[in-house]
Amino acid sequence: MQTPAILSVLGEDRVGIVAAVSKALAEAHANIEDIRQSIIGGIFSMTMLVTVDEETSTFDSIQTSLAGIAEELGVQITLQREDVFRYMHRI
Amino acid sequence: MHISPEEIVETLLMVTQQNLDIRTVTLGLSLDACAGNDVKRVAERIYDTVCSRAEHLVSVTQAIEREYGIPIINRRVAVTPIAQLAAVCDTDDIIPLALALDRAAAQIGIDFIGGYSALVHKGTGLGDRRLIDSIPEALNITSRVCSSVNVASTRAGINMDAVLRMAHIVRETAELTADRDSFGCGKLVVFCNMVEDNPFMAGAVHGSGEADAVINVGISGPGVVRAVVAALPTDADLTEVAEAIKATAFKITRAGELVAREAARRLGVDMGIVDLSLAPTPAQGDSVAAIIEAMGVKRCGGPGTTTALALLNDAVKKGGAMGTSSTGGLSGAFIPVSEDAGMIRAVRDGALTLEKLEAMTAVCSVGLDMIAIPGDTPAETIAAIISDACAIGVINSKTTAARLIPAIGKTVGDTLEYGGLWGSAPVMAVNQWAGTGLVRRGGRVPAPLSSLRN
Repeated sequence: MQTPAILSVLGEDRVGIVAAVSKALAEAHANIEDIRQSIIGGIFSMTMLVTVDEETSTFDSIQTSLAGIAEELGVQITLQREDVFRYMHRI
Repeated sequence: MHISPEEIVETLLMVTQQNLDIRTVTLGLSLDACAGNDVKRVAERIYDTVCSRAEHLVSVTQAIEREYGIPIINRRVAVTPIAQLAAVCDTDDIIPLALALDRAAAQIGIDFIGGYSALVHKGTGLGDRRLIDSIPEALNITSRVCSSVNVASTRAGINMDAVLRMAHIVRETAELTADRDSFGCGKLVVFCNMVEDNPFMAGAVHGSGEADAVINVGISGPGVVRAVVAALPTDADLTEVAEAIKATAFKITRAGELVAREAARRLGVDMGIVDLSLAPTPAQGDSVAAIIEAMGVKRCGGPGTTTALALLNDAVKKGGAMGTSSTGGLSGAFIPVSEDAGMIRAVRDGALTLEKLEAMTAVCSVGLDMIAIPGDTPAETIAAIISDACAIGVINSKTTAARLIPAIGKTVGDTLEYGGLWGSAPVMAVNQWAGTGLVRRGGRVPAPLSSLRN
């Protein structure tokens, strides 16, 4: 099942965030559809729209590998199904 | 990308800094098929039904929580009012039914199961009497069972005999559980106009108008609403305040709607309702009182509180109703004293009294909620407090309730400490001029005329 999801990174800017996250996603066969990066309210923010192939890698397993990266880099990384944002911000 | 980074960050901040959560995903279950004469056999059927139908409730909701990134605080089960099953049993001792519910709740990993309940607003049947008589013991020996009794309705009026009986039950429960700060009373609600699809404890039941199994979701988010109100300019007018609350309530409700749909789909049951309630927690800022104060009332309970609460409650419903077509449950701001750090502070500061809470009940959801009163408060006084709450509900065609905790051995100035989401309850003063003679008259306060509405 191809599941659209939003990956977001919040925290202090530093070298290697995009590389580490992209590597984890590639290993999980999750495709990056779009990337945006900005500073909002002094917080570094990167958001990605990715498609997770749940037959290859479960949501759980990708979240676990991202949690490891988050701890290593000292940033907050979340992976959430995309529909939660669509539900909350669109009529 | 259809979703802007600002919207993504806003959502993340709601969860990480403003305590946005889904307060409860509650599975309503019919136990009609468990009825029988042999109480032990009925207890076995109850245990088996709850364990099999709700087996995956916890794992499914935990998966949804992880995948959507929205915390789900509680998973619960509400069942058919047990008085209906008690009526069929060939014994007055129905405690085995409470024990079965308690064991089943432990087995499936939930903290509370609701429905140890009876509806006696017009009269008390055999099953109702058995259930009510057993409440103190049931709440004493179980840890997860919640009980509720409906003693009044707009169509029937107030059953004053039942009100007085329940006041005695509240006292007995407090005394039996005095070693746990009378916590039994925290699991006991006396209702007027009880609803059949309330997902919140302690008053959740699975009504007779419901399907066999149904998912009901209670949303929360006082912290989010407070942050939005606090971010407005101090001179923003009240229409702007209402608009901001409405827009926020929409977003919170949509999260609830999504969780409700997904939980129902994965569990293979009907989706019931989303309860548009603001349920506070003791966490700093996650407080309905704090919203009222952010709107410009110096301390919750002061003059202006009822106005602010009325605006808040209405705006939450308007925004929420736009977010889901499945509104239900109690749908209104909760004002439980012990569970709201702002309410506790207001009581300690002398700003919030029982009488003001009663007035607030008229414009929001269940009002006299988690209120500790002096341990020597007579049953008749408790009955009079309950009947006043009922009168507001009956006349205004709304749900009202009382969850009062006589603090045995304690008085005004003392505090009951529960911890966790239950918080701590400062013992509040009770007016000494109670309608003792009024409640002792018994009988029924007739149902009101509902035209000529002033």
